[in-house]
Amino acid sequence: MSALYRKEIRTYFTTPLGYAFMAVFLAVSGCVFALTTYQAQTSDVSSYFQLMIFGYIVVVPLLTMRSFAEEKRSKTDQLLMSSPISERSMVLAKFFAALTMFAITVLLSCIYYLPLFGYGEPNVGRAFGCLIGMFLIGACFIAVGLFVSSLTDSSVTACVGTMGILAFLAGISVFNSLIDSYFVRTVLSWISVYSRYSNFAYGMFDIASAVYYVSITAVFVFLSIRVLERRRYA
Amino acid sequence: MIEVKNLVKNYGPKNALDDVSFTIEKGEVVGLLGPNGAGKSTAMNIITGCLSSTGGEVRIAGIDMFENPDDAKKLIGFLPEQPPLYQDMTVDEYLGFVFDLKKCTENKKEHLDGIKKTAKISEVSNRLIKNLSKGYRQRVGIAQALIGDPPIIIFDEPTVGLDPKQIIEIRNLIRNLGRNHTVILSTHILSEVQSVCDRVIIINEGKIVADERTDRISDAVKTGNRYTVKVCGPQRDTAAALREIQGITRVDSLGERDGDAYTFMIESAPGVDIRKPVFFAMSRLGKAIIGMESAQADLEDVFVRLTETVKGGKK
Repeated sequence: MSALYRKEIRTYFTTPLGYAFMAVFLAVSGCVFALTTYQAQTSDVSSYFQLMIFGYIVVVPLLTMRSFAEEKRSKTDQLLMSSPISERSMVLAKFFAALTMFAITVLLSCIYYLPLFGYGEPNVGRAFGCLIGMFLIGACFIAVGLFVSSLTDSSVTACVGTMGILAFLAGISVFNSLIDSYFVRTVLSWISVYSRYSNFAYGMFDIASAVYYVSITAVFVFLSIRVLERRRYA
Repeated sequence: MIEVKNLVKNYGPKNALDDVSFTIEKGEVVGLLGPNGAGKSTAMNIITGCLSSTGGEVRIAGIDMFENPDDAKKLIGFLPEQPPLYQDMTVDEYLGFVFDLKKCTENKKEHLDGIKKTAKISEVSNRLIKNLSKGYRQRVGIAQALIGDPPIIIFDEPTVGLDPKQIIEIRNLIRNLGRNHTVILSTHILSEVQSVCDRVIIINEGKIVADERTDRISDAVKTGNRYTVKVCGPQRDTAAALREIQGITRVDSLGERDGDAYTFMIESAPGVDIRKPVFFAMSRLGKAIIGMESAQADLEDVFVRLTETVKGGKK
């Protein structure tokens, strides 16, 4: 597993993909950060984090689109399949590699906070809660991206498909106000990635939400493993 | 070394492999032959653990591939039809990755240097795989299969798309490997099998239609005695006259012309010598025979006949 993990990390840095991801992520987050803090003359970062979830919908698929789709297209999956490595290790190696890239980039974007200390007194605890939320939601989106990538042999399809699913997961709660049924509304807000995220943005460590994100991540990682196994057993 | 028992593979309603069984002993070089879509690649993918079977079992040195895949896979080096290369890696990076992936325990640098020398790719060690020529890529693919020195090596069409010189080099490499490895090789090229393999397994429509030593492959089909004869005179007349001779079961005009003589392939039932009757029949008609040669079935004939028979049988 570690061999594949190291190879994945290296691929992110030896192909334009890793840099494209970092550049787009930092550009988008930089703009959003500037608009929500400096422009709005506040040191409160919660609205930045709340808006960034929509940025992830665009950037996370860049990170995961190639994972399995490219292996299948270039037939390198046959090397993995004929090597003494299980499907579970394959998926986990790719998942953690993408998560590492994501974490590195999120940490880089923390530079944005520094100037805030010069202008005001930012709430460090709240920013920290937001970061944890960001990390969890990133893991969740990466798992979705891996799953979609395992379904197709085209990176572009994987990218667009992931964006669609992520937009659906994040956007569900938007329709809440249009729905009369209390029951449906409750269910929708329960499964919505966005409304779960709000608690982190207000600086609370919500254990239920954390469990929710970890579960969604686990489900999609599990589904990716099943897709790979099914390909072998098809 | 490799035991394949009653292997069945269905893709939906399509029967890709139908009750395929064979055993390959240690040190054998076996050629897997068959027309496109016969099930060669499917069989190889199942033996290497890339694909599961619908039924049957595969044992590698006694280890069941489906129950104990990790242990079984360590014993196999596999070069698929399209070499599984990461284009953005250099040759060294790639081989290093495969070394780690296969969890090899040898001294990494020494082992990889040896393999690069064997596959003759030392001079491209630091180049990106995407910048290599087809021949070099194929050799990097072969090098990849040799990592960890597995006792079994499986090549799926290793010489496709190479130039004649490279083909000879790779055949020599395979022949050398055959001295201390068990090798399975699939190919379309019959001469390759004849020059490299000890044994031939012919697959057609998912079934084994022949499994023979290469030097005895002509036994796989019951052919009669065959001769090519060169006879002077109009082609059509001669063919008709040949067909009337008792004992001849088949006359094919080969379309080769030498002056006013044409060449024919004639065949008789097994055990019947038709050379004399042909000579007398032709001399009665005043047609000179200027050449006659024995033509035993070669691998190409065997292949064409076996793959045709099954089709004919189905109709």
